Amino acid sequence: MRWFAGLLALMAGAAAQAGEVQVAVAANFTAPMQKIAAEFEKDTGHKAVLAFGATGKFYAQIVNGAPFEVLLAADDETPAKLEVEHQTVPGTRFTYATGKLVLWSAKDGVVDNQGQVLKTGDYAHLAIANPKTAPYGAAAIETLTKLNLLDRVQGKLVQGENIAQAYQFVSTGNAPLGFVALSQVYRDGRFTSGSGWIVPASLHGPIRQDAVILAKGSANPAAKALEGYLKSNKAKEIIRSYGYEL
Amino acid sequence: MTLDDADLAAVRLTLELATVVTLLLLAVGMPIAWWLARTRSRLRHAVGAVVALPLVLPPTVIGFYLLLVLGPNGPVGKLTEALGIGLLPFSFGGLVLASVCYSLPFVVQPLQNAFEAIGPRPLEVAATLRASPWDTFWSVVVPLARPGFLSGAVLGFAHTVGEFGVVLMIGGNIPDRTRVVSVQIYDHVEALEYAQAHWLAGGMLAFSFIVLLALYTLYPQAMKGRR
Repeated sequence: MRWFAGLLALMAGAAAQAGEVQVAVAANFTAPMQKIAAEFEKDTGHKAVLAFGATGKFYAQIVNGAPFEVLLAADDETPAKLEVEHQTVPGTRFTYATGKLVLWSAKDGVVDNQGQVLKTGDYAHLAIANPKTAPYGAAAIETLTKLNLLDRVQGKLVQGENIAQAYQFVSTGNAPLGFVALSQVYRDGRFTSGSGWIVPASLHGPIRQDAVILAKGSANPAAKALEGYLKSNKAKEIIRSYGYEL
Repeated sequence: MTLDDADLAAVRLTLELATVVTLLLLAVGMPIAWWLARTRSRLRHAVGAVVALPLVLPPTVIGFYLLLVLGPNGPVGKLTEALGIGLLPFSFGGLVLASVCYSLPFVVQPLQNAFEAIGPRPLEVAATLRASPWDTFWSVVVPLARPGFLSGAVLGFAHTVGEFGVVLMIGGNIPDRTRVVSVQIYDHVEALEYAQAHWLAGGMLAFSFIVLLALYTLYPQAMKGRR
């Protein structure tokens, strides 16, 4: 029996060093987070288990007892709201990335670098994320309003449920143009395909994306470690390479 | 708080969509069901399996492939553009097509069961009375298969009203064109407008229950036809 107790102690020790953390990640941050999680595991031994989705849905799930320990939201309102409702570890909220909006087409040469195509182009549909629930959708509406183009494009707007779906509409060509997250179409200083116009930050409020440790993760050292890792230079470099600002 | 204009528009659009889809489903489903019920062709199992696919496939698969097939690079998309109809995603016509595909088994299977239940005897009798196959179908088969038509129509209608995933994927959430009730409910829930969500969701629950209750009360045999 002694060997068994020894084995248990060994396993418990290993678990304390290499933990696991359940992370809810905003859809637009999917690609960089996969990369960061791989590096995180390599550097710390902790495993980050990732769930991707819409921030509003995560909110409803967290309030109703979902087992997430860290939230990487697509906005700064949801983490703040969760903090007020005592669903987080106080004082752990921070901005891990500031998103950039881009007008993008899957085809080369469709979108000019001034976004003039919005005014002059002949396009049937303009895809955006649902402005009611997705920060990138709200930023797109804000941009169109500032440009005095909202009335002109109103009949052409098609909404994805989140930014991933807006991207899907454009990448399949069903919508010739769309406002998507720069992180979806950008790597290391250039567009991975198609053509795009990075919307100047002056045309919409900053898309601040906040992270927070949730109440369920308060006693988990892996959650704390992930929070620290997201602030490391290595993680920041990955985040920047996807076109986010910090 | 009760239903606002956007909610009512979604209800109107949903009923319109379900009505058009049900009529089309009966027109398309009738010959398929008749063929499946009568044929000895070796193809019948394959055709039956294709018709039943939407029962087992997740809407994400159907929606994703519809988006590709109906898109500008897909075969159907190229055809509709060549015909001058334009692209079908994000339009009412696109939703109709998607819903017909998605709800097809709910109409074909009750019809097929009803046709099979008639058996060869009434058809042979009609033939000896010199009725043409066309005449036999309309004056013998259709009246005898009435429970099948009714349960097929009701289930096709109700299933279209309850459709969500496919519409979400190819609809684009456009007011008065593709924003149906199920999508509107989803939006309310996502935006944490739970009170408004309850009005629509509760209405949907009551509607579905009453429709099924009426069907099973009036035609108990429809329950068997659903198998």
